[in-house]
Amino acid sequence: MERLKTELCGIPLDNPVIPASGTFGFGREFAELYDINVLGTFSFKGTTRESRFGNPTPRIAECTAGMLNAVGLQNPGVEAVIAEELPRMKQFFSKPVMANVSGFSVQEYVETTALLDREEQVGWLEVNVSCPNVHGGGMSFGTDPEAASTVTRAVKAVTKKPVIVKLSPNVTDIVAIAKACEDAGADGISLINTLLGMRIDLKTGRPVLANRTGGFSGPAVFPVALRMVYQVACAVGIPVVGMGGVSSAEDVIEMMMAGAVAVEVGAANLVDPFACKRIIETLPEVMDRYGIRTLREIIGTAARSDA
Amino acid sequence: MKRSDFTVIQNEALTATVFRMTLRGDTAAITAPGQFVNIALDGCYLRRPISVCDLEDDRLTIIYKTVGRGSARMSRLSPGEKLDLLTGLGNGYDLSKSGERPLLLGGGVGVPPLYLLAKRLIQQGKRVAAVLGFNTKDEVFGEEAFLKLGADVTVTTADGSYGRKGFVTDALPAEYSYFYTCGPEPMLKAVYRATETDGQFSFEERMGCGFGACMGCSCKTVTGYKRICRDGPVLEKGEILWND
Repeated sequence: MERLKTELCGIPLDNPVIPASGTFGFGREFAELYDINVLGTFSFKGTTRESRFGNPTPRIAECTAGMLNAVGLQNPGVEAVIAEELPRMKQFFSKPVMANVSGFSVQEYVETTALLDREEQVGWLEVNVSCPNVHGGGMSFGTDPEAASTVTRAVKAVTKKPVIVKLSPNVTDIVAIAKACEDAGADGISLINTLLGMRIDLKTGRPVLANRTGGFSGPAVFPVALRMVYQVACAVGIPVVGMGGVSSAEDVIEMMMAGAVAVEVGAANLVDPFACKRIIETLPEVMDRYGIRTLREIIGTAARSDA
Repeated sequence: MKRSDFTVIQNEALTATVFRMTLRGDTAAITAPGQFVNIALDGCYLRRPISVCDLEDDRLTIIYKTVGRGSARMSRLSPGEKLDLLTGLGNGYDLSKSGERPLLLGGGVGVPPLYLLAKRLIQQGKRVAAVLGFNTKDEVFGEEAFLKLGADVTVTTADGSYGRKGFVTDALPAEYSYFYTCGPEPMLKAVYRATETDGQFSFEERMGCGFGACMGCSCKTVTGYKRICRDGPVLEKGEILWND
């Protein structure tokens, strides 16, 4: 449908809805339920150079209007992703996919990116400098403008594909980090990753999560995410992908009005495996209700009204 | 897996903290005993995974314990109320390995999934022995139901207030061809050590999605990493790696 179309770093999307990394695996579980080609694209499970088991369990804790996770980047490693997951994915997903890359050193980000760069199915590289659940990597690259800039420059040097840097909200100045990534050559910014959080079991007095802390996501974080998307979209000239607590067509529209050209949906997929399909199907009627002809025309309306 | 709406038919207390709920809806996706459903509840962000206790055409029975906000909310649901369920989750027990005299070992709310298993095994003409373990007399449930199926039932209580005093492992029959078990982890470990045949264990873990997408409930096994919700909850004795 023409009115839902958008574009991300020069690649057209049939609609702005993108399941977020870590909530959609490599697509297989969802492809058994519906034709996932209805999606704009999806961002696959955060991939590292080597295979990782991740953190001990419990890895999940419930919160009011959301959840904590401390999975810790469990993934089979980039070589297995290329050898096994991508060929399998080709049978049920025919669009360019977003490859989510994580690492523990600049070198690791570079090697993983270089390997994925050769894969025809990969449309974009989403470079995750914001995982709160791993130690000595992940988020530590995304909380310092200098480090974020170094990673961005390094991965840009080894790929021709658009590089979207995924930012952490656990910073004092999100705009400074976003600008540092833009200056270092990022083609886009996606945000927000999860907010660092914690729950304690009242019966034991100990943290619910084995990792003690975890990333908070779900509808509760939506206003925080929206504010950050708005601030970053106002400050940078590259496309912004909005995410954080998005669960409805209304949320997608609000994110786009804040300045997002596309919108990722995360935790909602875990609660309702059909969430993204439902959002896409509902978008036209919600657009009608607000007199929106095309999604392209609403991108950044909130910022324009400041002028 | 299937998502569909179910209607509560009955919801009653079996003990002070254990309830039985019968629901009507599309049960077609449920293919094996030991599978679970994941229930959406108003006011709770995540669904609640509960094992299937019984299945009869479009009727599904679950038995659950009130341990937190979600299960407390479930216990207050009335007949006629609608619930959104994901059904047919998990691998379930493999009946083909049972042999002629399978042994079922359940502890507390680990007992319910063994009920449908016992029913199916007895339908196949197997001689089923069931040992049901509880802490104390007030917590005992299910004995009648297993007896009605025609199983040979032993109840144990840790404090000896009902049935045989001790744990399920203190009441193993002299002969059995294979075993199936479900219960708290300390019990599963004891069963692992006390049994001499092969068998299958059903595990519990905090889950995010319940259908294999989030990696929230992964565990290490002899045959690699497994998701309790999707590749489990049932694991074979030979593939288990205990955490400690």
